[in-house]
Amino acid sequence: MEGPRRRTVVRDSLGVAIATGTYGLGFGAVGVASGLDVAQTCVLSLLMFTGASQFALAGVLGSGGTPVAGALAALLLGTRNTLYGLRLAPLLGYRGWRRALAAHVLIDESTAMAVTRPDRDLARTGFLVTGGTIFVLWNLTTLVGAVAGEQLGDPRDLGLDAAVGAAFLALLWPRLTTPLTRTAALVAALVAAGAVTTTPAGVPVLVAAGVAVLVGALTARSSTRPDEEVPA
Amino acid sequence: MIWWAVLGAGVGCYLLKLAGLSVPARVLAHPVVARIADLIPVALLAGLVTVQVFAAPHGRALALDARAAALALAVLLLLARAPFLVVVFGSAACAALLRLL
Repeated sequence: MEGPRRRTVVRDSLGVAIATGTYGLGFGAVGVASGLDVAQTCVLSLLMFTGASQFALAGVLGSGGTPVAGALAALLLGTRNTLYGLRLAPLLGYRGWRRALAAHVLIDESTAMAVTRPDRDLARTGFLVTGGTIFVLWNLTTLVGAVAGEQLGDPRDLGLDAAVGAAFLALLWPRLTTPLTRTAALVAALVAAGAVTTTPAGVPVLVAAGVAVLVGALTARSSTRPDEEVPA
Repeated sequence: MIWWAVLGAGVGCYLLKLAGLSVPARVLAHPVVARIADLIPVALLAGLVTVQVFAAPHGRALALDARAAALALAVLLLLARAPFLVVVFGSAACAALLRLL
């Protein structure tokens, strides 16, 4: 009974994982273009292993920000994985060392391929196949991208500085699904632009994160009023 | 210093994941906290796009150059549902080409 459903989960997970794992190529090239060396770029993929945070650290450093500002931006983006964990914990039901290992591959895609499954076995299958496959591919392609990026000369001549902005936009794009997220993104972008002219490099990104706090606090208050509740 | 950021933020990001699998879910049950947590990636990524594309390479100023044209192409590619790598390297090629002219 479980066989065919399990095979479907494995197949879907592999599809997502193979498509996503190759993004590492982009991160490797962008990492060295931002001033990281090949080893630092690869250690980020091994140890941090959450794409948006890795791009954030590289991006802040590449635009002249301090390592502390880069690390803060990476950590702030990493908080969404905490939310995924809260959602998945009862479904996956891992304890002890299994939980410690599973945590490392807790990312956007492994969550997406696990969260909709009807039972624990299928959820674990989706989670582990997706997370594990992406981990292997992401690290291999990071190395390839970083080595190639270093051989190719001045990153600006290759347009790799522009590639970082495109990568962030591509990561942002699927999240712009509601008027609230679109408004928050627009306000954050404008606030960051203003901060660019008034604060040291690296700070504008953190100021933009403040917009999330502000918009979240203001809109959550208004939407908890029952007369304004809109059915989703 | 860069190594410290790489290692510190790397370990920190892992601990954030582990915390999610370990702490009781009611910590984030508060609607304001949940909504802010949802919006943080959106606001941060929007801020990162802005800084990466419109901040002048040197000094505290905004600039409109090949990177902005590359971002416009990225929007078109995303609207056409192009895959991630096509968006990233397509924009790079666009900027590189414009600088060559």
